[in-house]
Amino acid sequence: MLDFIARRLVSIVPVLAVVAVFVFLMLRLTPGDPAAVIAGDNATSEQIDDIRTKLGLDEPIWHQFSIWIGNVLQGNFGESFFFKKTVAELIAQRVEPTLALAICTLILAVSTAVPLGVLAAYRHGSLLDRFVMGFSVLGFSVPVYVIGYCLIYVFAIELGWLPVQGYIRIGVDFWGFLERMVLPSITLAVVYIALVARITRASVLEVLNEDYIRTARAKGLSNRVVLMRHALRNAAVPILTVIGIGIALLIGGAVVTESVYGLPGLGRLTVEAVLSRDFPTIQTVILLFSVVYVLINLLIDIGYTIFDPRIRY
Amino acid sequence: MKTMRRTLAAMAAGAILATAASPVLAQSKTLKVVQHGNLTILDPIWTTAYVTRNHGYLIYDTLFAMDEQNAVKPQMVEKYEVSPDKTVWTFTLRDGLEWHDGKPVTSADCIASLQRWGKRDAMGLKLMDFVKEFKAVDAKTFQMVLKEPYGLVLDTLGKPSSNVPFMMPKAVAETDAFKQIDSQIGSGPFIYQKNESKPGERHVYLKNPKYKPRGEAPSGLAGGKVAKVDRVEIVEMPDVQQQVNAIIAGEVDIVEAPPHDLLPVLKNDKNVVLDDWNPLGHVFIIRFNHTVKPFDNPKIRLAALYAINQEDYLKATIGDAAYYKVCGAAFICGTPNATDKGSEILIKSNFDKSKELLKEAGYDGTPIVLMQSTTLPVLTNTAPVTKSLLEKGGFKVDMQSMDWQTLVTRRTKKDPPNAGGWNVFHTYSVSADALNPISNSYFVAAGDKSWFGWPNDPEMEKLRDTYAKETDPAKAKALAEAIQLRALENGQFGWIGQWYGPGARRSNVTGWLKAPIPVFWNIEKK
Repeated sequence: MLDFIARRLVSIVPVLAVVAVFVFLMLRLTPGDPAAVIAGDNATSEQIDDIRTKLGLDEPIWHQFSIWIGNVLQGNFGESFFFKKTVAELIAQRVEPTLALAICTLILAVSTAVPLGVLAAYRHGSLLDRFVMGFSVLGFSVPVYVIGYCLIYVFAIELGWLPVQGYIRIGVDFWGFLERMVLPSITLAVVYIALVARITRASVLEVLNEDYIRTARAKGLSNRVVLMRHALRNAAVPILTVIGIGIALLIGGAVVTESVYGLPGLGRLTVEAVLSRDFPTIQTVILLFSVVYVLINLLIDIGYTIFDPRIRY
Repeated sequence: MKTMRRTLAAMAAGAILATAASPVLAQSKTLKVVQHGNLTILDPIWTTAYVTRNHGYLIYDTLFAMDEQNAVKPQMVEKYEVSPDKTVWTFTLRDGLEWHDGKPVTSADCIASLQRWGKRDAMGLKLMDFVKEFKAVDAKTFQMVLKEPYGLVLDTLGKPSSNVPFMMPKAVAETDAFKQIDSQIGSGPFIYQKNESKPGERHVYLKNPKYKPRGEAPSGLAGGKVAKVDRVEIVEMPDVQQQVNAIIAGEVDIVEAPPHDLLPVLKNDKNVVLDDWNPLGHVFIIRFNHTVKPFDNPKIRLAALYAINQEDYLKATIGDAAYYKVCGAAFICGTPNATDKGSEILIKSNFDKSKELLKEAGYDGTPIVLMQSTTLPVLTNTAPVTKSLLEKGGFKVDMQSMDWQTLVTRRTKKDPPNAGGWNVFHTYSVSADALNPISNSYFVAAGDKSWFGWPNDPEMEKLRDTYAKETDPAKAKALAEAIQLRALENGQFGWIGQWYGPGARRSNVTGWLKAPIPVFWNIEKK
C-alpha cells in the first residue's frame, strides 16, 4: 500500500509539468494584456509598453516560462501583477472561505444524501423514492446561481433570518461564521445531494438484489443491520467515487457560489485573476487545483481498499 | 429542571441580544460602501483606474480642488500668487497640515509629488512641458517657474479625475513613476488600515483625528473635508444583484453604481434612497482607427458620424430617459466650455448624406471591424446600435464580440483589421475628464502620441496648443468651440450622449456630496 501511495505521489510530477506548460501557453496565446488592464482606460500606448517592460512581458515566451518554472521549483510562485503581494500570500488569505464552504457543503450533502439514497432504495417505488428521484433531477438541472438567488430572496430579504453576503472568520465570531455559511452551503449542497442520493440509491438497489442480502435476511438479521452492514458497505465503492468527483465539482461550483454570496475565497480570486489577466495568480491557482484533484483521486483509491477488502494495490 | 430551562433560556436570550446588539454598536459610525469595481492597486498615480482614484480621495489631499460649480479652489494651499508675466506661480501651504505618521507636510513633499504625477498624467505631462523648474522657498512655500504662460495651471492642479495630483510624502513620491508605491501615508481625512484590509474582501479606513479641514463649507471636491463617520469600509462585492440585495437588507450603507436595470427594485424600497451624486454624469464615445482603411479617410469618418444618432444609443443602453441626456456639447452640457455648434450630425441620423459621402470617398464595401465589449453592461449595447446605424448608412460591418480586457488589448494594435487590428469601438468616460480639450484625451491629434485610434491633425494640435496658452476665459471658450468644430469636420471621434448613474444609500445615511467622484467626508450615519 505504501508503495502504491509513493508511486501515485511521484506520478503527480509529470501531471503538474503538463498542466504548468499548458496553462502557461494558453494564457499567453489567449487575448488580453495585463499591462493594458493595469494601466487603465486613459493610458497611452507608451504607458502600456512601459508597464509591459517592467513586468517582463515583452520577453520571449520561452524566457518568461523558464524564469517562472525556475522560481516555482524553488517554491516561489511569483508576485501578483495587481495586488502587490506574493501569490502564496494571496492564496493563503483566500483559502479559508473556500475550505470552509467545501467542508460545510460536504458534511451537509453527505449526511443528507446517503441516508436519502439508502431509504429510497429500501422503499423502492414508494412516494419517498419518487420524491428523492424528482429532487435529484431538479437539483441537478437548476443552475447554482438560481438556487442562490432564490434562497437569498426568501431567507435573507423576505424573512431576514440570515445575512445576504459576506464572510466572518471562524476564529473571530463563530456564530457569525455559521450564519454566513448556511445559505452558500445549502446552495452548493443541492447539486451534490442530487448526485450522491441518486448514485447511492442505484448502488444500494443493485446490492439489495444480491444473494448474500437474501442470506442475511434469512439469517434473521434486522433491516437496519442488513442495510448498514451488508448493503451500504458493498455499495460504497461507486458512492465513494461520486463523492470524490463531487469534491472536484465543488471547486467549480464554489466560483459561482462565492460570487453570489460575496465570499472572498479561491473561486472569486480565480475569476478576478482571469478577468484582469493576472498571469502569476492564475497559473498558481490552477496548479494548486490540479494537486487537489490528484490527491482526491489518491484518497478515493485508498478509500476503496477500506470499504472493499477485495481491492488491493 | 426548571432552573436549567430558565438558565438555558437566559443564555439563549443573552446570545441573541449579544449577536444582535454588538454589530449595531460596532457599526454605528461605520460606513459600508460598495464601489463599482474591486480595488486591487493602491497607487493612484500608477493607474488611472477609477476605484484607485476614489481610494486616493480618502487618504490623500490635493493642492487645489474643483467645487460643485466646476470652479477650481485652493485646498491644501492657503494662498497663491502669480507674477505679472504669469510665469512664476507661488504656492503657500495651509498651517497645520500633517502626514498620517505625524510629520508636517512640506514644500519638498509637494514638489516631489507633482514631479512624479507629471510623468504619468496627460494634463500633468502637458503642464511639465511648460515648467522650467520648481523651487522650495521655505518649508511651506514653493514656486513653479514656467517657460511661458500657461492657461491651464489651476485646471491641471485641480483636475478632479485620474490621474489626480495627490500629495504624498517626499520619500514615497520619489518612487519611480512606473513602479507602484509601497506606502499609503497621505494627509487626507481618512487613514488606510493596511492590517485590516484584505483585497477581494474589504478595505478599511479610519477617520484621521488630526486632519485640519478648511473653514469653508464643503462643495464638490473643495471646501472643508469633515469626516463624520469613524470608519469607512469599502466592501468588495462583484455581483450586482448581490449589491442590491445587500443594501436592501441593510448590510451595506452605500452602493456607488447600481446597474440601471435594477434601479426600479431599489426605488421601491422605502429604506433606500437613489442619490444623483454625480450631476455631470458620463459620456459615451465612438472611436475610429485613423491609421487603417477605411477610416483613414476623413470623408468616411464623417459618413459614420452622419449615420449615427445619440438617442438610439441612450435608449438601448440606459433605457430610462430620466438617466440620460442628448447633448451636442463635446465638453459636457452645462459646463463652461459647452456649445452644441456643429454637432447636429450626432443628434439625428442622415443616412442619405452618409451614403453620398461614402460614394464620394469611393468606399469599396470592405466590412469594418467593430469591437463589442460584452462584459461592461453599460457598453454592451452600444456596438449593436452602431452596427445597425452604420449598415443603414451604407457601411458593411463585422461586429466582433469580446470581453473588455481583450478589447483594451486589441485597441493598442495598429495592424490591419484582418490581422488582429480594428476599425471602431466604444468607450465612456466620466464627464469630469472631458471638460476641456487638454484633459479630454479623445481630442489629442498628435499621431502616435494620441489616444487609441491615433488621429493625426496638425490643425487640431495647433488649436489645442493655443487653447492651452490662452489665459483669458472668454477667448479660451471661443477656442474650445473651434476645437469642437474641427473635431466634427475632420470626423475625429463622436460623443454620443451623456448618461447618469445614481448611487443608492440607506435612508439613515445623509450628506453625500455632489461631485464627479464619490467622496465620503461629510457623510453622516444616523
